Amino acid sequence: MKILVMVKQVPDTATRIRVGGDGASIASDGIKWVINPYDEFAIEEALQIRERLHGEVVVVSVGPQRVEEAIRQTLAMGVDRGVHVKTDVALDSYQAAAALAAVARQETFDLILTGKQAVDDDAAQVGPLMSVLLEVPQVTVVLKLSINPDTQRLIAERELEGAIEVVELPYPAVITAQRGLNEPRYPTLPNIMKAKKKEIRVELLESLGIDVVPKVRITALTEPPARPVAKILTGDPLEAAEQLVNLLHHEAKVL
Amino acid sequence: MIGEESDDLREGVRQLCRRFPTEYWRRCDQEKKYPEDFVGAMTEAGYLAALIPEKYGGSGLGIHEASVILEEINRAGGNAAQCHAQMYTMGTVLRHGSDAQKSWWLPGIADGSIRLQAFGITEPGAGSDTTQLETTARRKGSTYEIRGQKIFISRVQHSDYLLLLARTTPIDRVSRRTEGLSVLMVDLRNALKHGLSVQPIDTMINHETNALFFDDVPVPVEYLIGEEGEGFSYILDGLNAERILIAGECLGDGYFFMDRSTAYARERVVFGRPIGQNQGIQFPLARAYAHLRAADLMRVRAAERFDRQEPSGEDANLAKLLASEASWEAANAAIQTFGGYGFATEYDIERKFRETRLFQVAPISTNLILTYIGEHVLQLPRSY
Repeated sequence: MKILVMVKQVPDTATRIRVGGDGASIASDGIKWVINPYDEFAIEEALQIRERLHGEVVVVSVGPQRVEEAIRQTLAMGVDRGVHVKTDVALDSYQAAAALAAVARQETFDLILTGKQAVDDDAAQVGPLMSVLLEVPQVTVVLKLSINPDTQRLIAERELEGAIEVVELPYPAVITAQRGLNEPRYPTLPNIMKAKKKEIRVELLESLGIDVVPKVRITALTEPPARPVAKILTGDPLEAAEQLVNLLHHEAKVL
Repeated sequence: MIGEESDDLREGVRQLCRRFPTEYWRRCDQEKKYPEDFVGAMTEAGYLAALIPEKYGGSGLGIHEASVILEEINRAGGNAAQCHAQMYTMGTVLRHGSDAQKSWWLPGIADGSIRLQAFGITEPGAGSDTTQLETTARRKGSTYEIRGQKIFISRVQHSDYLLLLARTTPIDRVSRRTEGLSVLMVDLRNALKHGLSVQPIDTMINHETNALFFDDVPVPVEYLIGEEGEGFSYILDGLNAERILIAGECLGDGYFFMDRSTAYARERVVFGRPIGQNQGIQFPLARAYAHLRAADLMRVRAAERFDRQEPSGEDANLAKLLASEASWEAANAAIQTFGGYGFATEYDIERKFRETRLFQVAPISTNLILTYIGEHVLQLPRSY
């Protein structure tokens, strides 16, 4: 079983994001970069599948030099090796999917796992686009995955609003992970040490033959309006309730 | 800030520590519970075997890496003292034990099936003045019989073995008082059935510590580490490592206080402005940070020299002194910054405040470091 896990490095959700000087990107100084949390579920699932069925887990990530750190962290979790598609250009979802698909064609695969979306732009495009580009089936927002290597088929449970959809499909395929699929492991010290010796192959974006003209352009980013100071009602519950009704009626005008 | 370089080791420890948020440590503290799950996770992930050579199942890392591991535990709001001894008590066995002893014990210590986190030196009548200890180990055929008392012996109830320093030759029959002391491994389960009793001591922090009473406890002669009578020097040569590791814990506490207080000082608004804008709040934090950074540099220097096997006594002692004072300064700045909330348990400041105060008392008191600097570095007459 050869599994590719597509990973994106994103700003830590606890980081305070500021709009950059160009007004169309975020200021990158002072940002702490982490692995997209949904991709961590994908990594964990790949490692668990390898533990059951053997084979290889390869992580692929696109981005500038700093991305190597994210790949190194996945190696410390137990991933076998990494491929870093290096570029300083910010890519849109299609370009990213095209770059990852190009690497997937080179590498060949039984399964591609990735997060259902990245928590930076929340576009949720890369998984589905890869499946289209690679002409393989896909299941998104997966909560449970079982594999039958004898029949070369997967059974995936995916989350719908208020329901679970069970899908059966052949593989190779693309699966996108939802929170709840598993609990990602943290690295062990021996694995951190081993990770230093594992291979990260660097592939320049230009050498993959990807069309670098973006299909989506970000024209402007603005920060959300500052939240007005909250009013806290104290005192006797009866009085507080009266005050609340009063405020909702006269100030907020919702009653 | 320094210490934020996200190298893989730090990041790894941080990921593990995120599973044990400060609520977990607060609960352990309030219930005076040993952080069993945390120590289990640290063991399983191999961090407590960092210093054990690879051939015995560890990672064979240096003191520098080990001190970073302990630092990150404390920076995350935890208390590394609960498990640090599993990391380094085995050093005496590693350096002075026979090959047979190393093969008996080290692989088990590395995988956590053997817990060696108790070190029995201090006695009611011999604290810093170690050579005056009165516990004796008398040879009787194939065993030593241990008789005496020990006090402030930590983690005995969460350890399988105790490394014991006892007198094998009476003090009036040796030419120097540092002679005639020996190191023995004591199998605690066995000892408890044969004359060892343990009396817990309740303390200001959640730190399991005990008084021990040995009533002719037999220990097989095979459990003597190194040469009989040479034990004091074995203890001494483990101390530099301990100083550097403890400096790491102090720094972790210090950075914890800095992380928490700067965040609070930026957010807390009083008189229409964040309190961190006031120099009365800002300057103590800036000063504490400067002292932490200086202590950190000394820790790094001491660790690098130790790992290169260069003499590191001076640097290790300076690192421990400076780091413990810097963490205490940061603790004071933090509790002042938090005001009343610093005393509320849910902010974790009061707990860490109590915990970090220990470092100026144990595992070595600040005064004893000063005597070392006075006598051995500055060549002044011995003061005690």
